[in-house]
Amino acid sequence: MAHLREEDFVEAYYDPELEALHKHLAGCAECRDRFEQWRHALDACSEYAIPERSASYGAEVWAQVAPRLPIAKPRRSWLQWWMLGPVFASLLILAFLAGRFTREPETGFSTKTRDRVLLMAISDHLERSQIVLTELSHATPDDSAAVSRERDRARELVDENRLLRLSARRLGDTANAVLLDDLGRVLLDIANAPANTTPAVSEETLRTIQDRLEDNGLLFKVRITAMDARRKGQRL
Amino acid sequence: MEWSDREAAAEACKGNQYAFRILVERHSHALFRLAFRMTGNEQDAEDLVQDTFIRAYRQLDRFDARASFSTWLYRICANRALDLLRTRKVRKEYQPAQNDEGGPGWLETVAAHDPSPERLAHSRQLADLLPAALENLTELERAAFVLRHYEGFDIHQVSEALGVKASAAKQSIFRAVQKLRRALRPVWEARA
Repeated sequence: MAHLREEDFVEAYYDPELEALHKHLAGCAECRDRFEQWRHALDACSEYAIPERSASYGAEVWAQVAPRLPIAKPRRSWLQWWMLGPVFASLLILAFLAGRFTREPETGFSTKTRDRVLLMAISDHLERSQIVLTELSHATPDDSAAVSRERDRARELVDENRLLRLSARRLGDTANAVLLDDLGRVLLDIANAPANTTPAVSEETLRTIQDRLEDNGLLFKVRITAMDARRKGQRL
Repeated sequence: MEWSDREAAAEACKGNQYAFRILVERHSHALFRLAFRMTGNEQDAEDLVQDTFIRAYRQLDRFDARASFSTWLYRICANRALDLLRTRKVRKEYQPAQNDEGGPGWLETVAAHDPSPERLAHSRQLADLLPAALENLTELERAAFVLRHYEGFDIHQVSEALGVKASAAKQSIFRAVQKLRRALRPVWEARA
């Protein structure tokens, strides 16, 4: 029998039941030597140690996960927060743009301040967008109140999203600009879903939006990026 | 009486949160290990664990009660990890795993297997080389390798978990092993 190929060594390592390969290894010193090299390399990979979690880690995960599960529970009132959020974000964006276009060094923002303001504004925007996306990903067409509410929120977020996307692109922050671009398209879809109908949105429209969220992993990306941006902003 | 995974999943599917809590507490540690190996970053791994459970809860009605719940969870986690790695690739912000939180603990854990000075030196070298080597894999290679090598999935399970053909899964694993073997040569040659 011809000597084993490299692929065979890998298969033999993982599968002790591949009789033909192991039989060959038993009878061929040259292949056995080569196999030993692969085995040493793969054994070394096994030493990839993991940071320990405490015994209560499962309970900690549950504490984080439970409030975010889509269950029938009394909805929190976002009214006050929702009214203040866009105002706060708009002020941040205005401050950022003012800094961006104010050329006098004595009165303009430093680069660090400018970056921090942008990062915090992006983080704030993404966190609020995340709520809209989460609510819609769990919504049903019959849930008229929820769908209408998220549609209104999406409409408010569209302009803010555009401003932030332009700012990110202007500063060369391509990654955030690309994400905001994707997010903007979904927000527009939500904002433009037909209103004043019963149900609030057709099952097909809602499913299209939910499929887009699902397929692109947009909700997940938004959440990770929001946390990243906040961490970086705080570090600055 | 303690519920099995399948019983707890069936209860959770009916809206029983206590049942789902049992599943979360039972599988969090294992899921964290998978997520950390996939991402090489503690914070991302913790986020992935939470995201996986939330996603699993939403999809409980799609869980086939004849299948293994943990394999199903791993599949969800592996797919989310792939998404994350792809996002990171776009963002070009990937950091090697030897961060402030993970670094020293790593060395201690690896070194604890054998305290001899020579072995300790190899372990330190490995702790430097392995995260960087894993980082240099493509996201599919890394995901496939982690499932095969650390989680003991067979080729069929890897291909199913990652949504690729068996031949593609096999090739990804082989390419990953080739790259890792090259990158870790100083360590395994010294040990051989």
